[in-house]
Amino acid sequence: MNGIAGTTEKVKKERWWTRLRGSSRREEEQVMPPFRVLVQKEIADQVRSWQFIILIAIIALTTMGSLYTALSNIRDAIKPDDPTSSYIFLKLFTLSDGTMPSFLVFISFLGPLLGIALGFDAINSEQNRGTLSRLLAQPIHRDYIINAKFVASLTVIAVMFFSLGLLVTGIGILATGIAPTPEEFARILLFIFVSVLYVALWLNMSVWLSVKFRQPAASALTGMAVWIFFSVFYPMIVNLIIKGMSPPSWTVNPAYELFLNKLKLTLMRLAPNYLFSEATSTLLMPSVRSLGPLTMEQLSGAIPGPLPLGQSLLLIWPHITAFIALTVIFFVLAYVPFMRREIRAR
Amino acid sequence: MIELSGLTKRYGDFTAVDHLDLQVAKGEIFGLLGPNGAGKSTTILMILGLTEPDEGSVRVAGIDPVSRPVEVKKKVGYLPEDVGFYERYSGLENLVFTGRLNGLPMKEARRRAEELLEKVGLAEHAEKKAGLYSRGMRQRLGLADVLIKHPEVIILDEPILGLDPYGVKEFLETIVRLSREEGITVLFSSHHLYQVQQVCDRVGLFVSGRLLAVGDINTLSQQLFGNDAWAVEATVAGDRVPEKVVEAVKKIEGVTKVRADGNRMTVECSHDITAGVAKAIIDAGAGLLSLNRKEYGLDDIYYHYFEKAETA
Repeated sequence: MNGIAGTTEKVKKERWWTRLRGSSRREEEQVMPPFRVLVQKEIADQVRSWQFIILIAIIALTTMGSLYTALSNIRDAIKPDDPTSSYIFLKLFTLSDGTMPSFLVFISFLGPLLGIALGFDAINSEQNRGTLSRLLAQPIHRDYIINAKFVASLTVIAVMFFSLGLLVTGIGILATGIAPTPEEFARILLFIFVSVLYVALWLNMSVWLSVKFRQPAASALTGMAVWIFFSVFYPMIVNLIIKGMSPPSWTVNPAYELFLNKLKLTLMRLAPNYLFSEATSTLLMPSVRSLGPLTMEQLSGAIPGPLPLGQSLLLIWPHITAFIALTVIFFVLAYVPFMRREIRAR
Repeated sequence: MIELSGLTKRYGDFTAVDHLDLQVAKGEIFGLLGPNGAGKSTTILMILGLTEPDEGSVRVAGIDPVSRPVEVKKKVGYLPEDVGFYERYSGLENLVFTGRLNGLPMKEARRRAEELLEKVGLAEHAEKKAGLYSRGMRQRLGLADVLIKHPEVIILDEPILGLDPYGVKEFLETIVRLSREEGITVLFSSHHLYQVQQVCDRVGLFVSGRLLAVGDINTLSQQLFGNDAWAVEATVAGDRVPEKVVEAVKKIEGVTKVRADGNRMTVECSHDITAGVAKAIIDAGAGLLSLNRKEYGLDDIYYHYFEKAETA
């Protein structure tokens, strides 16, 4: 996945270089491979589409809001005996005084919406406009169409998130006068990378829905329903199950309590948004040492201190694997029926 | 140029195309005629490799579209029924995009797109958004879109559906001119016999997945109608057609059948006798309200065909 994104980044870089050297005239006379032509068009379409403009406006505004609250509260957040105080910079992404959620929360909330917005009409709108059969009559392989759509949307998301994250970093440096340490910077980049992966997962789900449903409205609504289910209703259902299984409060059974705790965590982790919040908070809050319940014996003798980057990464490696796996599964689900389907005019 | 042999496509129990054999020569204009649901579009999809045949084989310029679809699509231009364009792009931009997908560099694609827009008569609408094009303009833009790749074969699926009579004439003339000028093989499907017969070298009649007859229009209509190729419909004043009018009309030379239904009368004949019918009605002393020469639709042809098949 990130290989594809990587090559398009490289391609873009090369193109940028040829422009800089003033050879755009030569480019006009060059033959561009059809796949690149498709990707170029898809990117242009996405960036100009209304849903993208509206979402980027919402995301930019919320970023500004959360950055403002973080900056105005960062002074109180630093305590003299806090072992994580060397990671002040990361607090820009996670700090909130309760009036406004942090950048992290906003991304985990709006990311899926962005993914759904970029993908929900990918295939079905082409078919409804009658452009799909015309496109298929051109000398390109059929999977170029769906691949180009995926690569283009992913590029748009990656460019957007990286510029947003780096913008926050830059404003943070200007406002606080503190420069991030290399480790902090690496953590920020990784956080953005995980966010892009997370949005790619939702993007592929909505591309799949766009193959499945003929009406863009149906696929958009289904995508949103899944999103709302996981972010609102799923935690409720899990709480309900756990509460039903809880013993009366006067009994003492530590083993059963531990089991319940673990069960709750396992159930919650089935939701991609929970996985995302675990992964990103581990990255942005180095003090997070474990993602499961810890017993007193495990904690005894532990020195409170931040985890090094390598250890934090180790902690969230399964999460990243899950994101990639889910993304691939949704891609296959979209890809196979699209390749097999007989495409008729409208 | 196009060779179909034993081509069969089934959807479950339904056989859409049933052992179809057909050859279309290079430079020929071939009309595939048939009612809706006859299997014309399915045949076209199989020629393009957009759907796989269950049996039989397709060769386009000697290439098998099942195993090498991209090579076939390089040579074949396809205009789908009710073609759609990217509505937010102008007609020119749509063409340039297709051109670049076919491996033309930006500059060349633009030059060729402008040239083709001129050819199909859309030059002054080149910068207009394709979403604002009328049906006829969209169809002409579709033709330009098909031609931008320098095709050897063009396949048009119901290209004149929804065009006004003037638009149909203009569109078909453009196709014929281009085919003759550049030696392009043309295959198109339609259910409008009369508009199509003027431009086709050969036509094939296609019903329920089977090819009933192939040939040029003259032999075909002779084959199908024999002596009943014409019909005149007349409406006479009064409640019913007087008996003496029917008798008088029957005496006209070439009349094969007269049917009276209320004040309306249908006369089948071997050549055009419209004037004779008018004269006969007036001479018989009846009031002539309307008279028109009936054009056969495909329905009539099939009707006749099956009627013949049953009596034979």
